[in-house]
Amino acid sequence: MAWFKREKKGIITSTEEKKEAPDGIWNKCPNCKKPLHYAEQVENKYVCHYCGYQLRIGSKEYFSILFDDNDFTELFPNLRSGDPLEFVDTKPYKDRLEENYAKTGLNDAIRSGHGKINGQDLVIACMDFNFIGGSMGSVVGEKIARSIDYCIEHRVPFLMISKSGGARMMEAAFSLMQMAKTSAKLALLSKAKIPYISLLTDPTTGGVTASYAMLGDINISEPGALIGFAGPRVIKETIKKDLPKGFQTAEFVLEHGFLDFIVDRREMKAKLSSFLKMMAN
Amino acid sequence: MNTSFDFEKPIAELLQQIEKVKQVEEKTKVDMSATLAELQEKLESAKKEVYSNPSGWQKVQISRHPDRPYTLQYIEMICDDFIEMHGDRTVKDDKAIVGGFGSINGRTVMIIGHQKGTNTKLRQYRNFGMANPEGYRKALRLMKLAEKFNKPVVTLIDTPGAYPGLEAEERGQGEAIARNLLEMSVLKVPVLCFVVGEGASGGALGIGIGDRVYMFENTWYSVISPESCSSILWRSWDFKEKAADCLKLTSENMYSNKLIDGIIPEPLGGAHYDPAAMAETLKAKIVEDLDALCSRDIDELINERIEKFCAMGVVQEG
Ligand SMILES: [Zn+2]
Repeated sequence: MAWFKREKKGIITSTEEKKEAPDGIWNKCPNCKKPLHYAEQVENKYVCHYCGYQLRIGSKEYFSILFDDNDFTELFPNLRSGDPLEFVDTKPYKDRLEENYAKTGLNDAIRSGHGKINGQDLVIACMDFNFIGGSMGSVVGEKIARSIDYCIEHRVPFLMISKSGGARMMEAAFSLMQMAKTSAKLALLSKAKIPYISLLTDPTTGGVTASYAMLGDINISEPGALIGFAGPRVIKETIKKDLPKGFQTAEFVLEHGFLDFIVDRREMKAKLSSFLKMMAN
Repeated sequence: MNTSFDFEKPIAELLQQIEKVKQVEEKTKVDMSATLAELQEKLESAKKEVYSNPSGWQKVQISRHPDRPYTLQYIEMICDDFIEMHGDRTVKDDKAIVGGFGSINGRTVMIIGHQKGTNTKLRQYRNFGMANPEGYRKALRLMKLAEKFNKPVVTLIDTPGAYPGLEAEERGQGEAIARNLLEMSVLKVPVLCFVVGEGASGGALGIGIGDRVYMFENTWYSVISPESCSSILWRSWDFKEKAADCLKLTSENMYSNKLIDGIIPEPLGGAHYDPAAMAETLKAKIVEDLDALCSRDIDELINERIEKFCAMGVVQEG
């Protein structure tokens, strides 16, 4: 449960909040702090029904919200990361990976699936923030690349749901080159004239913003999502000034011309399927 | 040499000694040539010793040496003629990225590169080689211009990163870099890229998609600088040397990991010891590669370019 893991619009749940929700049934809205019931959250597409806050969710939840009857074929599910640099910081990358496999039940920070939304075929690749901060390493790049190949081969539109802190440092330059790889594949998808929708969710930053997330035929987002290239802390340190209110929110990015629209998660499926219908007819 | 690093101390000391002996010779008019020759010999062997196997962090330092040549200096040295072009046609002219048509042995080439300043004032003017979105968009405009007139593109990469500023975010730094990655991967002319100094992350990659990507011997290329990596992973700036090792960011590392196509050798000690020789090596490589690539079928070349980047990454099929 990804929404369980952050503080006020942040990343980590405070211990206080955890204590109040020992069985995971009740959870506090990170924005308005009102208690939310699990069933209500599912019902409400993981949007706080008090304040409209879009809770941070993962691939499991997005697939269940978007695919008809939560029915889809998972693509390339077994890809796992190598450790080409034998990277060790405060702990070996290999151990970090093992911990994340155990903690999340995921194989990396992305899953991809082919299903239908309101009867229309769609491939969705969706990032999982709770796997090493949704960082982009070789698996993320490779799965996106293969999903795009799949879309070209089967002539199916592609939806990329980004949610990432950026590059995965433990894969260093390998991680960097995933930006090149995904962008090159998107050039081929574009040439094949297959629609590509990029949904940037909270948060989308760094190398992900500077590659596939910004390259949609349409770029869209959810209310309040943090979207940027450089992180707010780095910018603040660079310019030595406080950042204006609302800086790097989806609304800010829309206003500056880099998003086509912002859509509430409760309207997401309807809006996506009407776009797909227009492209198909 | 004005600036020397800790590990260059033996060299700096010998250089000082040589200078002193020369002064004495000047003053006293006594012939010191034997002493000088001896010192010169010592200097050469000290250089070999010091530079034979620099660590990752040492290479990072060499790559940032303020006396290293930057893009405009290379252009001056390798081109018979050059016409600089400015502006992204939307917002402004970014001074951290320069570009224009140049003539190399009579062949017209679009040359684009990061530009750092050569003194305090110019460093500010060039924003330390950190481009804003306008810089990447100027680069793309020039690449499209080259494509239109079927001229090959050469890029020189030397940046500590794309500028992390407020306006850069407002004007879409992420989008600008992303667009370049996509467009360069299918640009219908040959593209050569050279990391001539610092190759920091997306800011470097934003002009770094090519048929051939080379690193100069004493440069670095990675997803993050060793300093920032240290501060994020170890929560302290003190692990930059360790970070430089972990990131495997040297030209040798990058080549053995098949993330670049080759290494361009530098004069002993670094490009700044002999800029003219460095430029000559660069020019020879450009000429050699363009001779080979310009006659190739462009669609085939583009396919190979895409395939090359798509092969990068290490995954396991579970
Ligand atoms: Zn709420």
